[in-house]
Amino acid sequence: MKRRSYDVVIIGSGAGGGTVAQELSPLCRDGVRIAVLEKGSKLRDEEFTGREVEMAKALYEDAGGFLTAEQTMTLAFGSAYGGSTVVYTGTSLLPPERVLRRWNVPGLAFADVEQRARKYMAENNVHLLEEALLNENNRLFVAGCRQLGYSAQQFPVNLNGCRGSSLCNLGCPNQAKQGTHRVQLPRAERNGVEVVTRCDVQRIENKKILARVSEKPEGNKGEPSTWEAGDYQIDAKIVVVCAGAVNSPALLLRSGFGRSLQRLGHGFTCHPALIMIAEHSRPITNAVGHPKSFYLDQFAESDHFLLETCMYFPFTTAKAMAGFGEDHSRFMNAFPRLQMILVLACDEVDDHNRVTVDSNGRAVVHYRFTPQVIHGLVHGAITSAKISFAAGAVRAHLPVSHSPVTERADLERLDQIAENAEFKPGKLPISAAHLQGGCAMGGGHEDSVTDSYGRVHGVPWLYVADSSLFPNSLEINPYLTIMALADRVAESIRKDATALL
Amino acid sequence: MPGATTESATAKEPSRSVLTPVRAVFRAVVVTVVPDARHLNEPSWLALEQLVEDALEIRPPALRKQLQLFLRAIEWLPVVRYGRTFAALSDEQRRHVLCYLQDHRVERIRCGFWGLRTLAFLGYYGRPEGAHAIGYAPDPRGWEAVR
Repeated sequence: MKRRSYDVVIIGSGAGGGTVAQELSPLCRDGVRIAVLEKGSKLRDEEFTGREVEMAKALYEDAGGFLTAEQTMTLAFGSAYGGSTVVYTGTSLLPPERVLRRWNVPGLAFADVEQRARKYMAENNVHLLEEALLNENNRLFVAGCRQLGYSAQQFPVNLNGCRGSSLCNLGCPNQAKQGTHRVQLPRAERNGVEVVTRCDVQRIENKKILARVSEKPEGNKGEPSTWEAGDYQIDAKIVVVCAGAVNSPALLLRSGFGRSLQRLGHGFTCHPALIMIAEHSRPITNAVGHPKSFYLDQFAESDHFLLETCMYFPFTTAKAMAGFGEDHSRFMNAFPRLQMILVLACDEVDDHNRVTVDSNGRAVVHYRFTPQVIHGLVHGAITSAKISFAAGAVRAHLPVSHSPVTERADLERLDQIAENAEFKPGKLPISAAHLQGGCAMGGGHEDSVTDSYGRVHGVPWLYVADSSLFPNSLEINPYLTIMALADRVAESIRKDATALL
Repeated sequence: MPGATTESATAKEPSRSVLTPVRAVFRAVVVTVVPDARHLNEPSWLALEQLVEDALEIRPPALRKQLQLFLRAIEWLPVVRYGRTFAALSDEQRRHVLCYLQDHRVERIRCGFWGLRTLAFLGYYGRPEGAHAIGYAPDPRGWEAVR
C-alpha cells in the first residue's frame, strides 16, 4: 500500500467539495497541504461530445441509472471532476427562507446562508438569459402558464458564453456552464490544492483514508489520474466529506461511524420526477437553446410539486414515458414537435427513506413514495398537461393515466383522470435528482450527524460539506445552497485550523 | 432510417455475453417495445446489442443472471396460453404478454419489465442512428447552427 500525507483531505469535488477546496486554498500559501480526492475523471474539453450514452457513462454514477433498493426509481448524480455541477443545467436559486426556518437548525440563520449564496451567484456569473436565447420549448411553457393564470418564473443560470447547445445535462460542450469544474476547482489548483481523480475512497479510519486509484480503462474518456494506480493510505489531520447525499453517508457508514451516529443515513430526500411530453402540430425549437429557463413553484406548498422546463435526449425521453409499442413510438417519432416539462415532487423526511450499505460497503438507497409524493406527481402531471394544451399542444403523454395518450379533446376530463390516477411503482418511469440528506445538520447526536458548520458530532477532525447536510428537503434546485453551506464549513475549518493542524 | 449500415459493432464473446443465449427472445421483445426496430439490419442489431451489453457490464453479476432468467420466462410463458414461444407469437399476442408483465400485481415483476423495456430503449434510441431517425439532431454550436 502506498502512503501519502496531507493536512486537509477533501473527498469529492462537486458543489460542496469544489467550494471547500477554493475557500481553503489560500492556506496553501502558508504551507498547508490540501488534496481533493475525486472518484470520477476529468474530461478534456474536446471530450464533451453531447452524445447521450457515452456522456452519461463518462459523467454519471452508474451511467445515470443508479437504482433504489426497491428498483422503482433511478437516481441521477454526477461522478466527475466537478461532480453534479458538470451535468446540471446551471440553475441557481437562492434558498427559500420558509424552508430554512422550518429546518430550524441551531446556529443556522437564513440571512447568513443567503449572503453566502449571493457571493457564489456573483462568482459564477448567475444571471437571467436574454430573451433572444430562449427557445420555443420554454416560451410555450410561459405562454401556457399565462393562459391559465399561473406565474412562471425565469431561472437565474450560471452561464458564461452559452451558445444554446441544449446539451447541459451531458456536460456543456462549450464550457459555458460555471460549475466547480470551471471556476472553483481550477482556482483551488492554481493556489496549490492537489486534485486526484479516479480515486475511490473506501474507508476513513481515525484520520487515515483508505483509497484505490484506478487506471484509465482503454477507450474511456477522461485524463488518467495523476497518481499511479493502486491502493493508498492517506493520512490527514482534517477530513472533509463532500461525496454527495448517497456516497457521503455510505462512506461514513462503512467506516463504522454509524455506531455513534444513529441518524447517519437517515433523512434522505430528493425530487422524484416525471418527464411530461406533449406534441405540437408543428416543429418547435427544442433541441437548441438552454433547456431549463423557467419554473413554476406556486403549487409547492399546496400540492407538493414544482414544474420546470426541460429537454431531454432520445433514450432518456423514451425511458421517461410509460408504456411501449405504437403509441410510444408515435411520440418518439414526433421529437422535433415535442414540448417537455419536468414534474418534481417535493418530499419530506420519512423513516423508510435512507441510505445504508450492503455487505460490500456499497451504497443502497431505500425509497418509498409517500402519499404526499404521489399527490405531487399526479397533480403536477395533470397541471403540466393543462399548460401544454393551453400552449397549443394537440396531444400529451400522461403517465399517471390508465391510458397515457391524452388528446386535446380530453382536456375537460383531466381533473377526472387525476381523481382516478394510476400510480403503480415499477410501472411508472420515475427518476430523481437533487438528492439530499443522510448527514443532517442539527443540535446533537439524537437528531443529527453534524452541527450547523458541518462538524461531525464527537469527531472534531471530521466535517461534511454537501447536500447530505440538509435536514429536510430544500424544495428547490440545491446547488447554491450547497455552496453556501460549504462556505460555512470552510470558514469553520479555517477557524479550527490552529488547533487541528 | 433505422437500418443504416454505417454502424459497426463487435459482437461480445459468447461466454461473457448476457444476450447471446437469449438473443431471439430479446430481439422479439425489442421489436414489440419499439416497432420501428423491425426495420433494423444485422449490423444495426449488433450495435443495439453492444450498447445493452456495455450497460450490463457495470451491473452486478446477479442482475445480469436475473435478466437472462426473465427473458427465458418471457420466452416460455406464452406456451401455457398460446401453445407457442414468445418469438413465434403475432405482434398483438406479444403486446398482450408484455402488457401483462407491465401491469403485474407483483411489484418485482413490474420492475423487471421496466428494466427490460429500458434496455430496449437504450439499444434502439441510444444509437446515434436511432436518435437521428426521429429527427433529433442537436449541434454543439447551438443557435449558430440553426440561424
